[in-house]
Amino acid sequence: MTEAFQFPILSVIIFTPIVAAVVILFIDSEKRDLIRGIAITAAVIVLVLAAAVFFGYNARVPALTEAQVTLTSAGGDQVATTLFERGLAFEEKVDWVPQLGITYHLGIDGLNAPMVLLTGLVTVAGVLISWRIDDRTREFMVFFMLLVAGVLGVFLAIDMFVLFFFYELAIFPMYILIATWGWVKLREYAAMKLTLYILIGSVIALVGVIAMAIAASNFFSGDGAAAFQAAKDAGVISQNASTFSFDMTHLMAAGEAGAYSAVNYLGIDGMTFAKLWFPFVFIGFGVLAGLFPFHNWSPDGHVAAPTAVSMIHAGVLMKLGAYAALRAGVQLLPQGAQVHLPWIVFLTLINVVYGAFIAFRQRDFKYVIGFSSVSHMGLVSMGFASMNIIGMTGAGLQMFSHGAMTALFFGCVGMVYDRAHTRDIPSLGGFAKKMPWVAVAFILGGLASMGMPGLSGFVAEFPIFQGMWAASQNISLHIGGFTLQNYYSIIVIIAALGIVITAAYVLRVTGQVFFGEFDAKKYPEVGDIAITDRAILILLGAPLIILGVYPTIMAPMIESGLRPILALLGGGS
Amino acid sequence: MGATEYTLGQNLLVILPEIGLALLAVIVLGLDVGIPGIMRPLSEGRKQLTAVVCGVVLALLAALTLLLAPGTETIPQGFYWGGMIRYDVLAQLFKVIVLAAASITSLMSYGVKGIGRKPEFYLVLVVSALGMTLMAGAADLIMAFLALETTSIPLYILAGFKREDTRSSESGMKYFLFGSFASAIMLYGLSLLYGFTGHTNLYDLAGYLGGGMFANNPVPVLAAMVLVVVGFGFKISAVPFHFWTPDVYEGAPTPVTAFLSVASKAASFALLIRFFLAVFPNTLVIGGQDIQTFWVQLLAASAVISMTIGNVVALAQKNIKRLLAYSSIAHAGYTLIGVAALQSTTLNGQTQAVASVAFYMFMYMFTNLLAFAVVVVFSEATGSETIADLAGLSRRSPWLALLMTIALLSLAGIPPTAGFVGKFFLFNSAVGSGLTWLAIVGVLNSIVALYYYLVVIKVMYVNRSEDENKPIPVSRPYVWVLAITAIALLLLGTIAVQPVFEWAMRSAGSLFAS
Repeated sequence: MTEAFQFPILSVIIFTPIVAAVVILFIDSEKRDLIRGIAITAAVIVLVLAAAVFFGYNARVPALTEAQVTLTSAGGDQVATTLFERGLAFEEKVDWVPQLGITYHLGIDGLNAPMVLLTGLVTVAGVLISWRIDDRTREFMVFFMLLVAGVLGVFLAIDMFVLFFFYELAIFPMYILIATWGWVKLREYAAMKLTLYILIGSVIALVGVIAMAIAASNFFSGDGAAAFQAAKDAGVISQNASTFSFDMTHLMAAGEAGAYSAVNYLGIDGMTFAKLWFPFVFIGFGVLAGLFPFHNWSPDGHVAAPTAVSMIHAGVLMKLGAYAALRAGVQLLPQGAQVHLPWIVFLTLINVVYGAFIAFRQRDFKYVIGFSSVSHMGLVSMGFASMNIIGMTGAGLQMFSHGAMTALFFGCVGMVYDRAHTRDIPSLGGFAKKMPWVAVAFILGGLASMGMPGLSGFVAEFPIFQGMWAASQNISLHIGGFTLQNYYSIIVIIAALGIVITAAYVLRVTGQVFFGEFDAKKYPEVGDIAITDRAILILLGAPLIILGVYPTIMAPMIESGLRPILALLGGGS
Repeated sequence: MGATEYTLGQNLLVILPEIGLALLAVIVLGLDVGIPGIMRPLSEGRKQLTAVVCGVVLALLAALTLLLAPGTETIPQGFYWGGMIRYDVLAQLFKVIVLAAASITSLMSYGVKGIGRKPEFYLVLVVSALGMTLMAGAADLIMAFLALETTSIPLYILAGFKREDTRSSESGMKYFLFGSFASAIMLYGLSLLYGFTGHTNLYDLAGYLGGGMFANNPVPVLAAMVLVVVGFGFKISAVPFHFWTPDVYEGAPTPVTAFLSVASKAASFALLIRFFLAVFPNTLVIGGQDIQTFWVQLLAASAVISMTIGNVVALAQKNIKRLLAYSSIAHAGYTLIGVAALQSTTLNGQTQAVASVAFYMFMYMFTNLLAFAVVVVFSEATGSETIADLAGLSRRSPWLALLMTIALLSLAGIPPTAGFVGKFFLFNSAVGSGLTWLAIVGVLNSIVALYYYLVVIKVMYVNRSEDENKPIPVSRPYVWVLAITAIALLLLGTIAVQPVFEWAMRSAGSLFAS
């Protein structure tokens, strides 16, 4: 806590959409343009502030990296937690419910800064593409703004309670947006399925996190009293802190001191807290990242949602799951990660390959993108499973890259559908002639998604494969008396084949929708897009190119965010 | 109980809210039929004003209770009226819940056909609230039973208040039959406790139960305990004593249902916690058996089946009041999780458990009242209580739809409403006391519950109806009710968590302090 007044930029980022939602609520529902104006203003403010935070943090990364390397080589108690704690910037910390160790604690580190920027981009794009929604515009914008606030809150939270608070806050607007403004045929079913899937995952993870806080508290007030003092001396926990807290630094410090690795947990032989709870926490959040076999909600949800919601849903919300799984799962329970990720990697492989195959078979334009998201999100989780800096950095980049790319895809699909009123791929054709902007953007996204060098997809996917390959020698899986070794390299080879299928479906869709003969009688309304739509395509397309040619803008930052986690995993730098 | 002697002034101060309620009852009677020489009755056309008078006075009494903070020099925490009443922060907190609920219920009855213009309705309501405030502080078997009956008998009348409506009559009769039966069983349990010990003060019983003739045989004590559990189970509508709930909730006039579901339940939980902690504390060991384990397990089992049955059966409901009835059964189950968490071995754990129950009841009061207030407004305008008729509400009356959504989200436990924090506290205390499995049953149940709440929201937002362009009129008292409860819900879920939870923690602490 600094004495001087600090501009609470992170709170402003979260509360701008909330304030906008409240203001919009009190506006006469007929004044649609005023409502849209307020929404876009809020979205632009969020984007500008997010960019300020991103570049502000980026400027610190070189110095931070140097400090991190020194600190890591010096060793000692609480290295990882110290790395994490010192990496936080723009921090805000206010007591919320001190009796239960709940603090309103926000912060930025190398992992969430890109995510916040991504959310800003997609929010602006989402508001722009919803410009022509005339049915209850007011309610739509209110719920959309609440959704954005929830997403931002999750990314910025450093306290686990705050994280859950915003996580659950984001789900309900999602439901109502899909069910009310979605595609008539599917919306009610898809919205309900999505909500229930995601919430079941998250509440199980919630119980896991409560159990974690209690385990940490018991440890700190019992066997780990010395470690508690050591953590206080190291400066990662404040001197007057109670033993019970939901703060990530607190939970992480407890984990690093061994709170979750005491053997014979619950009297089960050889069981530890981390071992038992890691799958629940990781997979619980992984549901939102579309982890197989819990991915089923995702394509239906994407297809049923109105375009703006598909964009934010696939673009940002699925990253929320991956991000929370990384934070609460890998960062807080690293010993569990080492035990369980070697088998969870098979699930991610199924995601990648199966998702791509199913996408190939779809006739519905939106389903193609929906399943491609399942496939690409599998790569993110796969990157986590590599448990080394190369692979995990790739996963971090993939989260950003896929977010922008898939939002771009859904934007393109939405623009085509608005004018053609069908998404049936075989009956579309020749749209490049009428909608050149959309065609270019779609091809750009397509190339990025198949990992073309020079675009963000390559920058993200290549390190994931490289990291997996490098991890191959270190990781083995024990099943009964049988030990599986070096299987990561095989997984990489199979996953790389998934990329080939990606190329196949992207090319197939591009060929059928954008090239060939255009039937002017069938699609009389198809014409070129409005200036706002072009802005969307530029906003989401540019990051793909920028990140592709200049990955240094993001990669070192993500690495700096990962170092604390890797210090715990022992993966080295 | 070697109780300290307090002055008459202190004794009176402690029951000031109750005195106020009694006076209010007299005033209401005066408004109805007049008091010769003092008051003239309201003219026929203005009888509705009683609702506003009651609402305001009850709110003032709630504020007064807030001011009468126990533990100060003027009102020390302790036993008053010869050990009949204990005044501590827990009693204060639950009295505030009851009074606030009664106040909002009065305002809510303003425009309801058949009750709004009848001052005697408010009279009975006030008397029932009087019983409930006494329940919150009862420290003696006799006081507890008297308070319970003072609460219940007016409630039977209220449930059957619309005499010309057969459903209401049925509801009143059913409630009366079930209720008097449960009372009798509970009274039998209480009389056994008295018979075993020769004492009636709750805080004395434990000392005698542990020794003498019970040194080796826990069976008689357990038998008495089970009988008492039946009585409480009925009052809080926990499974398997819930059979009256759906019919009574559906048939009773909606404001009565609202009052029943929050105030009666809250007061019963207050008494339940006090009763079990005082009479069967964790220090009570009979014949090598820890008595607390029995009631904790009994209540944990009841929590599981209440949540599960309440939520599963709610899935099939077509009437919004029946749906809320089953949801209230499920909520009794959630709250019992907090009571079961009293098995915690640490004082801090037990304090948190009680605090989580108190907080939950506090926020549940606003939540359910908001939901029922919307139902009242809607059904008075349309004459319908079926969920399907809520279709198109978001186009018809966007604010009503939004408020109903907030209430349902709070019931489901979705932030930023108070329900999320309330559930979080309950599950937190459960995990903290080693009942992780119970917390998991709880969270999975809250997902089942979410389904039927979302269906209602979906009907309001997605489904279309022919009446979409007929807005629903909302009169002034209802605007207050809706605004107050909705704002309270949102505040309790965000910035007001801390002060209220701190209050709940103090109330829990006051239970354990001598």
